[in-house]
Amino acid sequence: MNEQMQEVLALTNRWVKRLSREKFSMLFTLIQPMLFWLIFFGNLFQRATDIQVVQAPNYMSFLAAGVVVMTVLNNGLAGGVDLLFDKENGFLERLMATPIKRSSVILSRFLFVMAITGMQILVILGVAFLFGVSAETGILGIALILILGMLFGIGLTSISMAMAFSVKSHGDFFSVLGFLSLPMIFLSSALVPLAAMPGWMQALAFFNPMTWVIDAVRPLIISGWSQALPQVGIALVVLIAFDALCLYGGAKAFKRSVG
Amino acid sequence: MSTPAAIEVSNLGKVYDAVEAVKNLSLSVQHGEIFGLLGPNGAGKSTTLRILITTLSPTTGTATILGHDVVKEADTVRRLIGYVPQERAIDRFLTGREHLQLLADLYHLTKQEALTRIDTLLKLVGLEEHADRVAKGYSGGMKRKLDIACGLLPNPKILFLDEPTLGLDVQSRLNIWEHIRQLKQQGITIVMTTNYLDEADQLCDRIAIIDRGEIRAMGSPKDLKASLGGDGIWLTLSDATPEALEQLTTALQSLPFVRGIRPRENGLDIRVDGPEKALPAIMETTNTVPGCRLDGIEYHRPRLDDVFVAHTGRSLKDEPPAPAEG
Repeated sequence: MNEQMQEVLALTNRWVKRLSREKFSMLFTLIQPMLFWLIFFGNLFQRATDIQVVQAPNYMSFLAAGVVVMTVLNNGLAGGVDLLFDKENGFLERLMATPIKRSSVILSRFLFVMAITGMQILVILGVAFLFGVSAETGILGIALILILGMLFGIGLTSISMAMAFSVKSHGDFFSVLGFLSLPMIFLSSALVPLAAMPGWMQALAFFNPMTWVIDAVRPLIISGWSQALPQVGIALVVLIAFDALCLYGGAKAFKRSVG
Repeated sequence: MSTPAAIEVSNLGKVYDAVEAVKNLSLSVQHGEIFGLLGPNGAGKSTTLRILITTLSPTTGTATILGHDVVKEADTVRRLIGYVPQERAIDRFLTGREHLQLLADLYHLTKQEALTRIDTLLKLVGLEEHADRVAKGYSGGMKRKLDIACGLLPNPKILFLDEPTLGLDVQSRLNIWEHIRQLKQQGITIVMTTNYLDEADQLCDRIAIIDRGEIRAMGSPKDLKASLGGDGIWLTLSDATPEALEQLTTALQSLPFVRGIRPRENGLDIRVDGPEKALPAIMETTNTVPGCRLDGIEYHRPRLDDVFVAHTGRSLKDEPPAPAEG
């Protein structure tokens, strides 16, 4: 176990170094979701939205939960990209020729993506606070938001890594990624509550795990514990099933790829 | 054999998507030798190498490294070997030293061990000055040196190199060859793939010529060349009738140093021992046969390319150069 810790730490350290040397990439990764979605979208639609429909003090406070989970979605789905490049240029083979536990590479990736995502969630909630949105459930609620985000992120990162190991070229990877991410957002309760959607979109959004996570995060921000807890309970069940499925698929893809 | 071989491969086979990349391949590599897998791109040499370094499992057959099975004892094998992949496998955002530090952790070295070993290796390959620069700015030769340092980090008994000089300029190439020879002197067994004939010829103690997943010939470059039957003398004749050619062939066959004669386009390919005596005698004989006018005479020592042609039916040099092997 000690050996594996050394491996995972060294590999995670590499991801951190890479990110810190891609300054622009880091900047955009961190700032893009809050700039684009929370600040622009939130303020832009402030007066175009019906408070009766969103059931929140204002659109920004409604949107905050959506932006938090969108960030988890984007980070998770992009979580396999670096492994994809490692696979393509042979760096992964170099790693696999060393006496490391096969799982260390995967674990380091989870650790890294989760850490970045966690930081981003805190920054988003911080920016929302500057616009007058503060979590009704306080520090404990924020901790729960982080846990929900991580749980969703694990499944998504697994999907991304499974794809990275399975695709023939990185063109395929990015096509699938582009195809997945926006519909996942529109077909969820991120921007509009389910009740306000056309029936067929509602039906699709119902099967999107993202909807369930957002519906748990949102009351933690705008309502309070009594309304949030039942939603959190449902979300936990959904996420455990989702993660189990994704991890199983991911493990299979990984085994097939590296043996 | 009294001491077991460093590497023992028997009846190895690998099928990818219904294509047999490696077929029934057997070979053994002795301790301390430089063994080359020579073949064109896609011949199966990289697949073989990947099986040996445990990153790919064989469909059939077995391979052992210092007595350890590459599938069942993969972890043990990984601790005994070093691997130098093709040049692209470098993280351009990390410095040279960081590459080595990462690997030191993956081989579970202590901090102190890592520090001293990394310094020694950087000095050995001559990369100290650039050790703290990000690899993005490295030249091809520098990347190769870093690769070799990475391969040597675990203090391996056996070092595997995948196309060690692919795409390098002449000077860097000679440098890398020199490094590889030094490693051999330190007693490290080396297995390398190459599609360069001169590299196989000058560097390797023994080579296996691989084509379409099969070994076509194996031995030292010298033996392989000798097996072609001596040095070659090519005669080019103008307007020789078949009868004249036959008469000439009979006449030449009676010469003591001629070992074999084969027809070639517009002339003959004569295999001889000792070209000094053979050349004048052949010219003289040719002039005595009526109807044979000598247009040209060419002497060459057998080259590895001839060996390749003899065993695969085509020239390795005809292959268009490709940057990477699939």
